Amino acid sequence: MEKFTNMESVVAQLDRGNVDTDAIIPKQFLKSIKRSGFGANLFDAWRFLDHGEPGIDASTRQLNPDFVLNQSRYEGASILLARKNFGCGSSREHAAWALSDYGFKAVIAPSFGDIFFNNSLKNGLLPIRLADSEVDRLFHDCEAFPGFRLKVDLEQQTVSYLDGSHVFRFDIDPFRKHCLLNGLDEIGLTLRHADAIRAYEEKHKTEQPWLFS
Amino acid sequence: MLQTLYDKLWDSHVVRTEPDGTALIYIDRHLVHEVTSPQAFEGLKLANRKPWRMDSVVATADHNTPTTDWDKGIQDPISRLQVETLDANMREHVPKVYFPFLDHRQGIVHVIGPEQGATLPGMTVVCGDSHTSTHGAFGCLAHGIGTSEVEHVLATQCLVQKKMKNMLVEVNGQLGRGVTAKDVALAVIGKIGTAGGTGYAIEFGGQAIRGLTMEGRMTLCNMAIEAGARAGMIAVDDVTIDFLKGRTFAPKGEMWDRAVKYWRTLKSDDHAPFDLVVQLDAGEISPQVTWGTSPEMVMAVDARVPDPEKERDEVRREGMERALVYMGLEPNTPATGIKVDKVFIGSCTNSRIEDLRAAAQVVKGRSVASNIALAMVVPGSGPIKEQAEKEGLDRIFTDAGFEWRQPGCSMCLAMNNDRLEPRERCASTSNRNFEGRQGAGGRTHLVSPAMAAGAAIAGHFVDVRSEF
Repeated sequence: MEKFTNMESVVAQLDRGNVDTDAIIPKQFLKSIKRSGFGANLFDAWRFLDHGEPGIDASTRQLNPDFVLNQSRYEGASILLARKNFGCGSSREHAAWALSDYGFKAVIAPSFGDIFFNNSLKNGLLPIRLADSEVDRLFHDCEAFPGFRLKVDLEQQTVSYLDGSHVFRFDIDPFRKHCLLNGLDEIGLTLRHADAIRAYEEKHKTEQPWLFS
Repeated sequence: MLQTLYDKLWDSHVVRTEPDGTALIYIDRHLVHEVTSPQAFEGLKLANRKPWRMDSVVATADHNTPTTDWDKGIQDPISRLQVETLDANMREHVPKVYFPFLDHRQGIVHVIGPEQGATLPGMTVVCGDSHTSTHGAFGCLAHGIGTSEVEHVLATQCLVQKKMKNMLVEVNGQLGRGVTAKDVALAVIGKIGTAGGTGYAIEFGGQAIRGLTMEGRMTLCNMAIEAGARAGMIAVDDVTIDFLKGRTFAPKGEMWDRAVKYWRTLKSDDHAPFDLVVQLDAGEISPQVTWGTSPEMVMAVDARVPDPEKERDEVRREGMERALVYMGLEPNTPATGIKVDKVFIGSCTNSRIEDLRAAAQVVKGRSVASNIALAMVVPGSGPIKEQAEKEGLDRIFTDAGFEWRQPGCSMCLAMNNDRLEPRERCASTSNRNFEGRQGAGGRTHLVSPAMAAGAAIAGHFVDVRSEF
């Protein structure tokens, strides 16, 4: 995983609640056995007017001009602003891969689907939970001011306006923050405790031997 | 200290805890399927790592597999490659058991685990699939994980977790005739919303839950994720133990007795504290029908499609309006006035023998309505299909005009050829009515098996309590 560094970017907004992982990356693209290339089909059913299938060249597709990500004012956005329960539904990590591959580095919402939240953290995509009132303000300003930008500082756990007029703090587990900031491989970290795992396993085997037969 | 079932399951699997509460949790059962595992095995290979304990792995191919023409194999080359990749990974790393495509025990991963006795009380169960919550019906801590976590479990037999909060959903009283676990699940989601359970592990309790069969309990726990909770669970009792006795991978003889003694402790202590308690009166639950594009957009069969104009919250109102446009529905339409084009009975929510019996009871001696383009039954596994055929259920369905298919995930998520066309409306026993879930532009109404069967016969939704 790449290190998460402080960033500043145009903000794209997706003003609807309960955006599920089926919408983020539709099922036909889950047939891939790779981790990359999903960005081309991010929000496929909303971004394009024609039906997408794996292998179709995105440049030949018909863009939906009404969809926010197709509007020039949001071009190059690395921050996505969303509503409650973003990423609910299926456990497909392809949703985090698609957002990341498309170029997003952070998603701001009042709440996230639990599995999506975890998946994002493992791919250097920062899910930021802010209060409803803070998200409402961001939506307002994002709509009102073309080119609206935000700064994200993971070290300080803040989202702030460039002029410093608003600074919103967010929570994140210290362990997750540490992994993101250092781009750490979680499996490698866990394997440092291999002895503890083996010791647990021996005890567990004595107590519930039927789990090992 | 008084403990909930979740507290007990958590405590008995903690390998170590960091000062901030992040813990390493040991995983007993790892269910694997073709869609979310290839990148995990590839990751292992790239990092030159070996799986920790392949005898914890139970694997099958289910999401991509066709439900017709099995003799022709998998036609779609991309789907075939994914299934063949699983075959290859299971040859290289030999699991406890693998049910490949065409094996007579193959089926939906969440159906075959319990069916084979590979899901046992007290286990931690994970799978790269959000409906892993199903296995909580056995007093397990079971939840879905992403592919990075699949790789993590393969490599370390553990997950890095923060403990969730405890929620008790208590359903008191008795369910009325024709009201099923699916209706309870939808009613709970209607009450707490699709984010209501976010951050919680839900325990389902109360008289109505104790009265459910294991099939019903699996249906209910399966839908916990649709309420936002990664894990749903139900305490162990005689129903659990009777279901498991004699299953292929369940312990035998003296080991069985020892296991049962432990399993009987897997319930919340009396007066154990929950962070949140939600209560429902079973007697007030009617058969449910979803009307929108989120499982929380649900109504009783004797109700009408809600009117967004009466919703005061702006974000919610816009969501309702968008859903009604997508669904092609007008506010205030009675549920029973909604005509359907297709009927799907299947999925990890409702494809077990009890579900097929309930649907067959409605269908018996009747015919599918002329406006129905396709009515299909997709059993959850090979053994369920065989059992249903032994009972003559397949004939009841085919005589009525249903198609009787091979097992798999099928039109729940439409990764194979079973799908809705744009604007087609479906009565479905699956778990998600998201936009495009059953096919781009398709319109899904989630219902119980009996309600889906009733819709197939009448051509529109009917109240199965009065009509059949």
